[in-house]
Amino acid sequence: MSTAKLSNLANYDLRQFTVKYGFIVVTVVLFLWFALTEPSFRMESTLFSMLKFTSVVAITGLGVTMTMVVGGLDLSVGSIAGLSVTLSAMTMVIYAQTGAVALIVVLLGGALVGLFNAFLIVVLKIPDLLATLATMFTIMGLKLVPVDGQSVSSGLILRDGSVAPGKFTPGFLLIDRAYIGPVPLPVAIFFGLAFFVWFFLTRTRWGRVMYAIGSNPEAARLAGVRVKRYRALAYIMSGVFASIGGLILSSRIGQGDISAGNSLLLDAVAVSLVGTSVLGMARPNAWGTILGAVLIGIVITGLTIKGFPYYAQDVVKGLVLLTALIFSFTLSRRKTKFVPAV
Amino acid sequence: MVAAVEVRNISMAFGSNQVLSGVDLIIDKGQTTALLGANGAGKSTLIKVLSGVYSSFTGEIIIDGKSATIDSPITARASGIETVHQRIDEGVIPGLTVAENLLFERIVTGDVPNRVSLKTIVEKAVEIAAALDLNWNKSKLRSDVYELGIAEQQLLILARALSRSPKLLILDEPTSALSASESQNLFKVVKNLQDKGIAILYVSHKLSELDQIANNLVVIRDGKIRNEQKTPFSWDQALKEMLGQQIVGQRQEISSLASGKVALELKGVKLLPESEPINLSLRKNEVTGVIGLLGAGKTELAKIIYGAEKILEGEMLFENKKYQPSHPAEAVAKDIYLVPEDRAAESMIPAWSISETATLPFMGNFSARGIIKKAAEFIRGKQLVEDLKVITTSHLAQVDSLSGGNQQKVVVGRWLQSTPKIMILDEPFRGVDIGARRDISKRVRDLAATDVAVLVLASDVDEILDVADRIIVLVEGKIVMDEISSKTSKELIVNKMSEVA
Repeated sequence: MSTAKLSNLANYDLRQFTVKYGFIVVTVVLFLWFALTEPSFRMESTLFSMLKFTSVVAITGLGVTMTMVVGGLDLSVGSIAGLSVTLSAMTMVIYAQTGAVALIVVLLGGALVGLFNAFLIVVLKIPDLLATLATMFTIMGLKLVPVDGQSVSSGLILRDGSVAPGKFTPGFLLIDRAYIGPVPLPVAIFFGLAFFVWFFLTRTRWGRVMYAIGSNPEAARLAGVRVKRYRALAYIMSGVFASIGGLILSSRIGQGDISAGNSLLLDAVAVSLVGTSVLGMARPNAWGTILGAVLIGIVITGLTIKGFPYYAQDVVKGLVLLTALIFSFTLSRRKTKFVPAV
Repeated sequence: MVAAVEVRNISMAFGSNQVLSGVDLIIDKGQTTALLGANGAGKSTLIKVLSGVYSSFTGEIIIDGKSATIDSPITARASGIETVHQRIDEGVIPGLTVAENLLFERIVTGDVPNRVSLKTIVEKAVEIAAALDLNWNKSKLRSDVYELGIAEQQLLILARALSRSPKLLILDEPTSALSASESQNLFKVVKNLQDKGIAILYVSHKLSELDQIANNLVVIRDGKIRNEQKTPFSWDQALKEMLGQQIVGQRQEISSLASGKVALELKGVKLLPESEPINLSLRKNEVTGVIGLLGAGKTELAKIIYGAEKILEGEMLFENKKYQPSHPAEAVAKDIYLVPEDRAAESMIPAWSISETATLPFMGNFSARGIIKKAAEFIRGKQLVEDLKVITTSHLAQVDSLSGGNQQKVVVGRWLQSTPKIMILDEPFRGVDIGARRDISKRVRDLAATDVAVLVLASDVDEILDVADRIIVLVEGKIVMDEISSKTSKELIVNKMSEVA
């Protein structure tokens, strides 16, 4: 074998390795670096607070992943999470209902917005990105109407001059504050949903069929797959996941902050895209999304502890996403590449 | 004879798989050299080497007596080798006009000024079109390329290739999407090019076509040239060399109609918006062959029965009950299956394994409470590989990595392994080598013997005669002939096909 061939082989293997394990290596190295240089990073509480901080983005990202699997992309997730914050606050503060009612209202709200997205995409045949973009703006504006554009917190003066009768119930506030053993509840929810999505996508026939739709919708249809129903399902699930993220967010903030969820969209889409590159799969998948979320969590927690300014975070997130895209699109030799439908 | 292109000792391997081993080939000026080989024989690889798609081969390519470096499609083109690939849709750019498509390379290379009116482009396009005797007027040149039929798109791609005056023109199954008369037109064009001194390398599975057009014949098998002939060709010898150990059998005699029970009845169904409604019964124990040119309504017929296309007018009865499928899922539930025309676009999921592809239409049977039964799926995949003699390393191999004939075996076999009542195959032999064609043909005949109604749609007369008990000729959505195959002949069918509706 000539030397040229040998070096080709080495290049190829290095490339293969980078594509497959690059992200995991980066995550572990960063983690070790922060852990070795910053004693406070090593504490168990820091680890869990990092995961807790990541949980909202990760859960919302899992929903986005579902829509990416069927070849779409849900841009309305951030606004759904924001809507969930306002909805839960309205239910408890203005209508003085229990936390359980708020929970149901929020989940239903998420499912309804998902259904609306599905209607735009499947029935009205608007391209995914554009339809969910329109939904995003509509929801962001619409949620402000019943609250007159104000954040909802206890003691709010209503339109008729009276004081809002309710408040965030202690039970609702526990969503973000409770622990199962040493594990914060949001982290447990995050892991539970991650397992669910992984299982659903890789072990059930519905997940299998969704991947078929994402790769070749016409071949799926001609194999007898009800493509429209599955795409609708993906958007409804995405809506529900975003509203679960919104619930945790609402419980964390403890008031109906109208700007909540605004930054969530980019993070959730970013972690899903980062996820497509993990293990060289070049397709959206649950573990990838989680690893993406955890990586970004580690980086941001680490940089914060190291005293980097808050605006450095966006730069870092951008670079992480860019690196992931290079892994997915440039370095991967897979012929089929994931490209969201526009 | 003067050699236009000489290929010396070309070898190439993909990993441990030696696809070409020491190929020597001389392609003469002003001659048409036919390249014949089963799928997986190395034909496509050789073409891709010549057209610059692969650069990791060893050996030498000599053009006009000088050694040429061909390591990219651009260098191939610069050396005077033009290739018209089989996939027509990969050659045209939708959204651009016919004229812009004709001049596309020149627009890209900047030979056409950056700021140029469509008028100027159309004028240049007229010249190019005229060189090929295409009677395309200016309004046609101004229309979107998608408004052209597939045959005209083919001519467009050819015209574009010729506008760069190549020394060698490679035509890869150029007639696979063309009707008989369209093919004849193409042959005239090819003869003209020959007279102009262009060397042509012509790949096709249709022997009658090669008889008409080729001067030389080269047979390739397992990456080696096995047989070289000059016209007149001995097809017996060529086919033996091409198929190796396989026996070249005569076409099987088909017994008279088994007058089976009617499985599906079409009443007053309109296939095309402008066509007359047709009545048609598909019987069990029978292979019904439908033949027609492109646009005759074959695919429409298949997709209407399968619920993949809306029925324009009329009704269908399945086992004497009203049958109105609004989605393929309803057809599949009734055991009415379709193998669509375009394998890659309509049957295969990129990067999926044979097993996964096999079970996709029947996920319900391969899962319990939604959870996939992997073991059952693997068994199904292995059976498919064994039953249909799919040439592959394993049932976990990606379907895209197989040769065309083997891909077809997978997408046909996945339905055969279930329990079809009506099996529709739209162009099942397109881009399939003779060995695979015979295998699939036999399976389809065996299937009909088990009480299944089979419908095969094709545009090749030999293929239909080979497989069908009953032959229906469609012309512009209308049935012009419906006859037991033993009472027909190739001449009669061709005659009917060319009838004007």
